[in-house]
Amino acid sequence: MFDYAGTSALDIARAVADGATTAAAVIEAALGRITRLDPKLNAFTDVTADRARARAAAIDARRAKGESVGALAGVPFAVKNLFDVAGLPTRAGAKINRELPPAERDSPLIERLEAAGAILVGTLNMGEYAYDFTGENVHDGPSRNPHDLDRMTGGSSGGSAGAVAGRLVPLALGSDTNGSIRVPSSLCGVFGLKPTYGRLTRARTFPFVTSFDHLGPFGRSVADLATAYDAMQGPDADDPVCAMRPAEPTTPTLAAGLDGLRIATAGGYFHRGLSPEGHAALATVAAAIGATTVVDWPEAARARAAAYVITCAEGASLHLDRLRTRPHDFDPAVRDRLIAGAMVPASMVMQAQKFRRWYRSRVLAMFETVDAVLLPATPCTAPLIGQQTFTLDGVEMPVRANLGIYTQPISFIGLPVVAVPVPLTPLPIAVQIVAAPWREDVALRIAYALEKMGVAAAPKPAHGSPPT
Amino acid sequence: MSADDLDTFIAATARALALPVDPAWYPTIGSNVEVTFRLAALVAEFRLPDDAEPAPVFRA
Repeated sequence: MFDYAGTSALDIARAVADGATTAAAVIEAALGRITRLDPKLNAFTDVTADRARARAAAIDARRAKGESVGALAGVPFAVKNLFDVAGLPTRAGAKINRELPPAERDSPLIERLEAAGAILVGTLNMGEYAYDFTGENVHDGPSRNPHDLDRMTGGSSGGSAGAVAGRLVPLALGSDTNGSIRVPSSLCGVFGLKPTYGRLTRARTFPFVTSFDHLGPFGRSVADLATAYDAMQGPDADDPVCAMRPAEPTTPTLAAGLDGLRIATAGGYFHRGLSPEGHAALATVAAAIGATTVVDWPEAARARAAAYVITCAEGASLHLDRLRTRPHDFDPAVRDRLIAGAMVPASMVMQAQKFRRWYRSRVLAMFETVDAVLLPATPCTAPLIGQQTFTLDGVEMPVRANLGIYTQPISFIGLPVVAVPVPLTPLPIAVQIVAAPWREDVALRIAYALEKMGVAAAPKPAHGSPPT
Repeated sequence: MSADDLDTFIAATARALALPVDPAWYPTIGSNVEVTFRLAALVAEFRLPDDAEPAPVFRA
């Protein structure tokens, strides 16, 4: 019997291409699992069942005619609800946005995955306007961690990580401005890729901080992640930030091993506030790779501070008119942060942007001596839903603002990162593999090696697990 | 800023920006303003040359 929940995206695609199953059967398995388990996980905000069934029928018809059906044939996927999906308002986690007219056309990343044979099955829960690290949403309810339903998924792409960890879909897309792919990857125990800034088009998605906004995939295996990423690469004139460089496929070198790669860890800032679980995960990964060099990552605390300042000012600018006219329709926690952001003097923002260029030059110089750096992804494993504070290094701090302390200094200058889950018990936690710009291939290659060693894996959850 | 100064700053800036801010929101907005200003000060104390370019570069 076909085990949907236990099958990777690539194995699903092979089974569809070989005729061992059909896209229609895969989609029925996916929709059935979503129907049964999403009431617990609250990952989905819309299920596009009719569209998915029609798409599956078209793929099966093409295969029957002997036509190529693509590298992701019949693979169900879902997207954070800030991606445009034709026929749906792009809600971006907000009450206000669901009054928007339905999108007329899909986001290009959806189009590119579907061109490779994948099938969209719905949209996913997220923190309001992506200003969130928890995965909680006052309008749609919190997305829930498949490993413990009382715990948060992390955010803001909470539904994306929850849907993949809960095995509702093998692939999902999310966005990452300051850590919104990597934080939920860590708390839910799945692989996540935040590519280089400008690598994947952001056209027809709802923005947050355009200086730092990235899109990327989640998966339960590195090969799935790399295949989806490769299918989505390439220029797009509809996103002025999207690089005019050709696609650079990563799957051909995935299994190239670690030989010749200089991999280091970083101390200082990236060890402060780190829980014993975070230290254990990092030490396990470093030992498996033999990463004994420790680099001096320059000015990470100041980089995080500068990212924070730019984020609140740019985010406030985006939402200023809505804050004037609809303040009571925001999540109060998001609204009050945005209002504070509107009050930041321009001189502070400009200084942060000047620091950003200086910081970038120093980090790029560091990458002349190493190919990748291993960093923690989150300070701790998943906090409880509704938990307001946690204690890091003996200091009580707000959860919402501090889950991303290790991710913000990286996205601030657009470096590519793969978050690899380390399956600790009872809860997983991830390590970031950070590479130089445009070297996603290096980070994915290391992640693949760790997966093959059994060090990195997306653990099967106790809740929401099969039988299918 | 003192608590009174912070409330005065929030009220005045909200008026200047035409933001309808309920005084009940002042404590949360104020704590966010304080965090942001503290972090901005950390950035500002880092000396950069006068000709330092900001990260975004416009090309005609």
